[in-house]
Amino acid sequence: MADLVNIVLLGLLVITAVAAVRLHDLFAVVMMFGIYSLLAAAAFVVLDAVDVAFTEAAVGVGISTVLMLATIGLVGRWERRPTHRALLPLLVVIVTGAVLIYGTLDMPYFGDPNSAAHQHTAPRYLQQSPDEIGIPNVVTSILASYRGYDTLGELTVIFTARVGVLALLGIRRRRRDEKR
Amino acid sequence: MIDNTVLRVVGKIVIPVIFLFALYVQFHGDYGPGGGFQAGVIFAAGMILYGLIFGIESLQHIISTRVLYALIALGLLLFAAVGFVPMLLGHNYLNYDLLTQDPLAGQHLGILLVELGVGITVAAVMVTIFIAFAGRRNDQ
Repeated sequence: MADLVNIVLLGLLVITAVAAVRLHDLFAVVMMFGIYSLLAAAAFVVLDAVDVAFTEAAVGVGISTVLMLATIGLVGRWERRPTHRALLPLLVVIVTGAVLIYGTLDMPYFGDPNSAAHQHTAPRYLQQSPDEIGIPNVVTSILASYRGYDTLGELTVIFTARVGVLALLGIRRRRRDEKR
Repeated sequence: MIDNTVLRVVGKIVIPVIFLFALYVQFHGDYGPGGGFQAGVIFAAGMILYGLIFGIESLQHIISTRVLYALIALGLLLFAAVGFVPMLLGHNYLNYDLLTQDPLAGQHLGILLVELGVGITVAAVMVTIFIAFAGRRNDQ
């Protein structure tokens, strides 16, 4: 049953991706990206990664879609006709994809208990978290406590990204009106 | 869009529920899926929805851009400051054990505060980015 769900989800992912590439109406493309993120979130749920699925659903489907729509409001709804053929980018993408797929051959099988990820710190976190942190959601105890420093860095990244956007287009309207 | 009755009525019903759900995700992250990041994004989604339905100006009237900018820094500073408290008590940075007498309660408090910092910054960042995009469109 899980295999069937996976096949359907991954098949729909491919269809959505191809549709997003082929469409020229950018509004429809943004909707396709939203659907893509929703399908990805569903795939994460199947993999029992509910926290990741939650983030994907909130960010990928919600905020990204709204920001993309706002961008369309700035740049217009229709894709411009490309001036040259995209043969070289296609070649680059195919080669990169092939290398990535070749890379997956070395990866451990899904759920392999002997893989490195399940041998190093993960068992310690899972076994010690109830005694050391004492909260039921181990994901939160890893993110906020064991790996708190990483999360602080992550938050700094978001902060820095906002400063970057502010530098690019964060001019406040009120201040600009005052200048006029 | 402000004249659309359906949007206004549905918005007024849905937006408080979104905020409530965001708070649930924020403070229930210790027990179930979720946490500061997701809660911040959901909270921002509620505010963005308000901005879409009632206009950016009404949104800025409720919470000004200046306050949002302050909140961006406040969340990050809260996270960093919580990390410094154990340091002053002679422990490692971001080790919450010493925040209270009981190490487990300290961890709980530390995680709660840290997640709150994440939530505040993420929500403010998302809303201000949206205002930056949408406000620009009105300029032209």
